[in-house]
Amino acid sequence: MTKSAINEHTSPAEQLALTVEPPSCPIPKEPLIRMTKRGSISTAQKVFVYVVSFLSALLVGAFMLLAIGKNPLLAYRDMVVGSFGSSIYLGETIRLAIPLLIAGVAVGFAFKMKFWNIGAEGQILAGGIFCSYLVIHSINNGNYWGKVPLHLVMIILAMAGGALFGFLPAYFKTKWGTNETLFTLMLNYIAIQYVIYLQSLRSWQHPQSTFPKILDFAGPTDNRIMLPRLFGVHIGWVFALAIAITAYFYLTKTKHGYEIAVVGDSLNTARYAGMNTRWIQIRTLLISGAICGFAGYLQVAGANHTLTETTAGGIGFTAITVAWLSKLNPFIMIPISVFIAMLQKGSLFIQMTMGIPASAAELLTGLILFFMLGSEFFIQYRLVFRGTHRAPVRELKEEAGV
Amino acid sequence: MRDSKPPSVEHVVQMRHIYKSFGTVQALSDVHFELRRGEILSLLGENGSGKTTLMNTLAGIYFPDAGEIIVNGNPVAICKPKDAFDLKIGMVHQHFKLVDVFSATENIVLGLPGGRTINRRALSKHVQEIAEQYGFEIDPDKKIYDMSVSEKQTVEIIKALYRGADILILDEPTAVLTPQETDKLFDIMRAMKKNNKSIILITHKLNEVLAVSDRVTVLRKGEYIDTVITKDATIQSLTDMMVGRPVSLAIDRPAAEEIKPILSIEALTALNPDGARALDDVTFKAYGGEILGVAGISGSGQRELCEAIAGLYPVIGGAILYRNEVNGQEVDENLVGLNPNEIVRKGVALAFVPEDRLGMGLVPSLDMVDNIMLKSYRKNKGIFVDRKSPRQIAERLVEELMIVTPDVFTPVRKLSGGNVQKVLVGREIDAAPHLLMVAYPVRGLDINSSHTIYHLLNQQKMKGVAVIFVGEDLDVLMEISDRLLVMSDGRVTGIVDPRVTSKQDIGLLMLGQSRHQEKGADAV
Repeated sequence: MTKSAINEHTSPAEQLALTVEPPSCPIPKEPLIRMTKRGSISTAQKVFVYVVSFLSALLVGAFMLLAIGKNPLLAYRDMVVGSFGSSIYLGETIRLAIPLLIAGVAVGFAFKMKFWNIGAEGQILAGGIFCSYLVIHSINNGNYWGKVPLHLVMIILAMAGGALFGFLPAYFKTKWGTNETLFTLMLNYIAIQYVIYLQSLRSWQHPQSTFPKILDFAGPTDNRIMLPRLFGVHIGWVFALAIAITAYFYLTKTKHGYEIAVVGDSLNTARYAGMNTRWIQIRTLLISGAICGFAGYLQVAGANHTLTETTAGGIGFTAITVAWLSKLNPFIMIPISVFIAMLQKGSLFIQMTMGIPASAAELLTGLILFFMLGSEFFIQYRLVFRGTHRAPVRELKEEAGV
Repeated sequence: MRDSKPPSVEHVVQMRHIYKSFGTVQALSDVHFELRRGEILSLLGENGSGKTTLMNTLAGIYFPDAGEIIVNGNPVAICKPKDAFDLKIGMVHQHFKLVDVFSATENIVLGLPGGRTINRRALSKHVQEIAEQYGFEIDPDKKIYDMSVSEKQTVEIIKALYRGADILILDEPTAVLTPQETDKLFDIMRAMKKNNKSIILITHKLNEVLAVSDRVTVLRKGEYIDTVITKDATIQSLTDMMVGRPVSLAIDRPAAEEIKPILSIEALTALNPDGARALDDVTFKAYGGEILGVAGISGSGQRELCEAIAGLYPVIGGAILYRNEVNGQEVDENLVGLNPNEIVRKGVALAFVPEDRLGMGLVPSLDMVDNIMLKSYRKNKGIFVDRKSPRQIAERLVEELMIVTPDVFTPVRKLSGGNVQKVLVGREIDAAPHLLMVAYPVRGLDINSSHTIYHLLNQQKMKGVAVIFVGEDLDVLMEISDRLLVMSDGRVTGIVDPRVTSKQDIGLLMLGQSRHQEKGADAV
């Protein structure tokens, strides 16, 4: 830049800048760290990234445990022992995993379609509310239902309830473009508040109780509500596995599954192919909601034998984690849901055995999930540090005479 | 870098041994580039040759993996766009970066340091001065959303000049302009050159290169090929450099044996979401055995026209009469009101390649097989999809159209643009349509792939299919079309015979200067 660069068209400010001193050029330095996109990544590399991030989570968690004066190695050992150490513990863990798996499959359906259904919580409760109606009605009218018809109708009602809660946001989204995230979130609160209302109803309480709590459906003389057990856990786990496997085939092999994939990837293309995108979205949410409703039925009939505002208890939200950690693949959701259940069960256990506060245990769970989800970044990108990039291949070219 | 040559003062920009990769794609490999003071340099190459990537490293959008950049004799690192501004480098991107609700002046001064208050009048005056100096026409107080594409481009260029750019990079500036607007832009570029500015023109259009530039630098597949003086070059020599071997540039226009009416559009009218007329009283006929070209500045209603015929865009008036054979008798069926699926079954195919290529017609994350069966997956009975026959079609298409893909189970978004378009056009042709609409089928394709597509279209035409070809390159449209329909602002401004009509006349029609139907052109 020289003074000759100034001419009659240079603005006053520029002239000043040019005459006072030549502008200093930035120091030729590349940024300290930058990200570049990876091309492809081998399975071995992927596994490596996952293992490293899992170990990193344990490491960070270890510092946290040390900070509150606990031995991290013991804590980790107890988490494993507490969730898999005996058949009773294992049964408990499986019991936690059942609704996680089912709800994970359900939200996975919606997510595959890029329909952000975060209302599994409400859909589970809706299922619970609907089937509890039948139980209460049956009890109040002299127990005239036999065990098998009772459960069959309960399942139908529960799935209808969940489907209704899935239908509403889908209908409004496809009709008026409402935001499904907010819509499903709000429905969660409606379901929770409705359960709280039911708890205050006289007819839903135990005759001798004045406490606002819905009565225990499984009395000492009445075991119709209890689901049969198989290998020490209520039979729900068989259903859960069946749902996951069916869902896998539904998504990959059927026309419906194909439509879900197309709608999720490109709504315009789906329209262009002559698909009824509105019905596909509503149909998928009906299914997604109905599956959640079924999970609600299992919670009422299999796990709790009653309905409370914590019947869903965050399952609907944890299911989102299950779905994403599994990349929406229902098969992979099976081990992932067991893993998350293990974290939950294990952190309960170390609360008891080591006096680690509940919040610390939850923090640990959060850390592991954070690192696992964060590892996705390193699968997509790699970091390049200043001065470490690969040497260009110029020499070879020069040899080749290019 | 241990490299040899001392920095030369004659050059305002020197780039040496530039490398840049995205994942496994080596976008730039050992590229050299030199720009002299006060010259117009064309940066020529096919799409995907790395022109824009190279310039983005100069404008601070990307940081190169390796290589050095010397500006005015000093080695520099351009980490962010601001660094480029400070070096007086301004880039006008292909997709404008303007705030719609702001005026021209507000956009121009956006982000510049200044006082707490804005003196709009003084700023507007300054903008006006710059405009007059170079011969721009601009209303500094006009809002961007009221502007035409060419006006927006003017704002972008003035924005760069206002920031004191001495080195101006224009990325495919003529892609959105009519021939007249292009000429005006070239005049402005010459005026800037006189003012000692250095201009880089990114383009793949050879006639522009010859018309305006002093020197040409050619890139091919991310590699530097050569730099030549423009007046020593010819269209053929530049093409050969660009493609890497001698190619024939001629596009065939074979004559079909028989021409029969297939489609008759009558007074078709449609509204866009704002209530304005996206299609205004559109009337024309399309014949089997001919290619009807559709020209127009982008956004003149071409997209809406294709979508309306395919049943994807609601129309409020008019008729789409489609000649179909029902029980051995030929009848004109009105397609208005039918759903896309029914229209597809009647033999209408639409291959629309949108600006982002994958937005409509293909499902990016699904594989080729799943994309092939997009329109036919309902055919078999039962709840399960049949992937066997689409797989056979996919494998056949790969072979026939020379689609480069690891296998037919690779997600189509991983294929290169040309191959993606071959999948799309191939699928539509495979459905054996009577009416084939293709919109921008060669968008972003290299010369070879483009010619493959032209060849496919001609084949369809010779089979008696009515082909409607919406294109953006007027030269190509004039070469391949039997008749050329020109649209402006949702209206048909003319249907001409491209063999006897000048490019300038078509340019005027594109600008909306309607003329009354020419005899001999509309009649086949």
